[in-house]
Amino acid sequence: MTTQIVRRALTALFVLLLAVFILGPLLWLALQAFSQRPSQFPAFWPKSWSLVWWHTVFHDPVLAQAIKASFIFAPVVTLVSAAICLPAAYAFSRFLFPGRRLFLVSIFAVNAFPKFGLYVALAGLFYALNLIPSFTGVVIVQLLGTIVFMTWIPSAAFAAVPRSLEEAARDAGAGPLRVFARITLPLAAPGILVALILSFLASFDEAQGTFLVGVPTYVTMPTEMYNLVGSYPPGTAAVFSILLAIPSMVLLLLVRKHVMGGYLAEGFQLR
Amino acid sequence: MTTPTPDTSERPSAQADPAAADRPALVIDGVTKVLGGRTIIDDLDLSIGAGELVCLLGPSGCGKTTTLRMIGGFIRPDHGQIRIAGKDVTPSPPERRPTAMVFQNYALWPHMTVFKNVAFGLKLRKLPKAEIEQRVEQALSLVNLTHHTQSHPAQISGGEQQRVALARALVLEPEVLLLDEPLSNLDAKLRVRVREDIREIQQRVGITTVFVTHDQDEALAISDRIAVMSKGRIEQYADAGTLYSMPQTRFVADFVGAMNTFDGVPGIGSVTVDGKPIPATMVTDTASEPAQLCVRPEDVRISSDGDGPLASVLREMPRGHYKEIVLAIGETEVRAFVAADFTGEQAHVVFSRVLVYRDGVLIDTRPGADSARRR
Repeated sequence: MTTQIVRRALTALFVLLLAVFILGPLLWLALQAFSQRPSQFPAFWPKSWSLVWWHTVFHDPVLAQAIKASFIFAPVVTLVSAAICLPAAYAFSRFLFPGRRLFLVSIFAVNAFPKFGLYVALAGLFYALNLIPSFTGVVIVQLLGTIVFMTWIPSAAFAAVPRSLEEAARDAGAGPLRVFARITLPLAAPGILVALILSFLASFDEAQGTFLVGVPTYVTMPTEMYNLVGSYPPGTAAVFSILLAIPSMVLLLLVRKHVMGGYLAEGFQLR
Repeated sequence: MTTPTPDTSERPSAQADPAAADRPALVIDGVTKVLGGRTIIDDLDLSIGAGELVCLLGPSGCGKTTTLRMIGGFIRPDHGQIRIAGKDVTPSPPERRPTAMVFQNYALWPHMTVFKNVAFGLKLRKLPKAEIEQRVEQALSLVNLTHHTQSHPAQISGGEQQRVALARALVLEPEVLLLDEPLSNLDAKLRVRVREDIREIQQRVGITTVFVTHDQDEALAISDRIAVMSKGRIEQYADAGTLYSMPQTRFVADFVGAMNTFDGVPGIGSVTVDGKPIPATMVTDTASEPAQLCVRPEDVRISSDGDGPLASVLREMPRGHYKEIVLAIGETEVRAFVAADFTGEQAHVVFSRVLVYRDGVLIDTRPGADSARRR
């Protein structure tokens, strides 16, 4: 009885600590974004409230440009990634070709090394190809971080669609493309949606590679953060952080909703 | 009982139904399929008449499902031809074949309602909406499933899913209906009922049907003809009665129904087993050379007096309305089906029918008999 209470108390304490660790900084940031003057540690609560930093961010042409750039690059990168990776994901799930496993593992291996080293090597190549700074260069460098999501997750989603469902559609008179559009794609859609959102976020948050390849012409929100921390008042950085966090939160909530609605496994009986 | 007639052109066709032979709905002509260096289907010939229900029966790995998938267009044969209603469909993909398949796991599309599942193929054919609705309704009422049309497959029972799958296949009015072990996912009671339903619907619609199963009961109960397959070949292709009474090979004899198999020497009016002569009313071959003898348990007759050697009863197993007993004739054990009230430790044994096999093939030299030697 007592051990149970102790155990519960410890669990509660742990959850509380975790919340403080994760939510604490975010809360502090949120307060800073609405505080007229930055509060100095250990002061926590702002002395006076203000929207001045929001005003600064939205009216500073450089910062506004960064926001715009981020919301252009992230969708473009996501779509290009989908166009390249989804067919590959389908192939990984449906065909046994030589080197299949090697390809799958090597896609993952890209993420196993420190990214910055990779980017420096890439930058050298991009200089030679005259891709620094360029729109294409930034898209390519951001693409790298999305490939693993866009290949592995949809591949599993396609593999989870039983082949007999596709065959039944062929049998009913649908050609291969129509089978893909009407059967395979809708059934794999939840997985693909998750991959799209994770890719969007990976692109949206990418700073290092974009910094190397895009600056000074293409500056996105995360790269602008480097500047903000150094040469702007702390309040603007707080506002910017919140803006940067909003898409992540909204999209992840969406993912949650769609991953939970998994009718994928229902309806067919694989025994 | 005159002189044995030689194998003349006048022999009655064991391949049944002359009307069906006139216009075969489906012909498999010398089809071979090799997968991974293994011959799955070996020069297979099969002809199915219009409106017939034919079972492909065999153990797993015998090639029956591969054959069905080749008819449906999911596997391309390496050699040979498949013709449906006289037309060569060998190079056609599934979507261009007049076949419809009911898959073993039903393969209903979980993201569509029952109605949409059945309507899918009709929509592809761009039929007017009213006609689609009418035909879907018709197909669903044919399989006796008129409610649930707006349910998703996950919300209905296995038996209902099975009927939806059947309706989805029938609504397209295919030339040939293909059923891939459609009952294997149902429980035993339901299986018997559904197979009768399938047979009843098949006969009502008059659709040519190929039914794959490993369950001989199922095959015997509903087929016009059964093709027993083993190792990519058809061992025997005949109606249920012929298959049961005259299995042409040892494989068929063992696979279909219960069978006693032992070595012995046939003779006129008797066979010799373990040195003991046992009276036999009918023996397919009387040449007194050693052979394998097959006797159905119901063809083992016992009596407390009368003819035949005395055999001791080793085991008794009540089976409800009859009793299964195991008799010892010398070293040989023989199973017999006897009346439920049988008791006793010994009995005289007589065989009423003995099938004689040499090299695994039925030898039937009785006058007027079909030639047993195949291929």
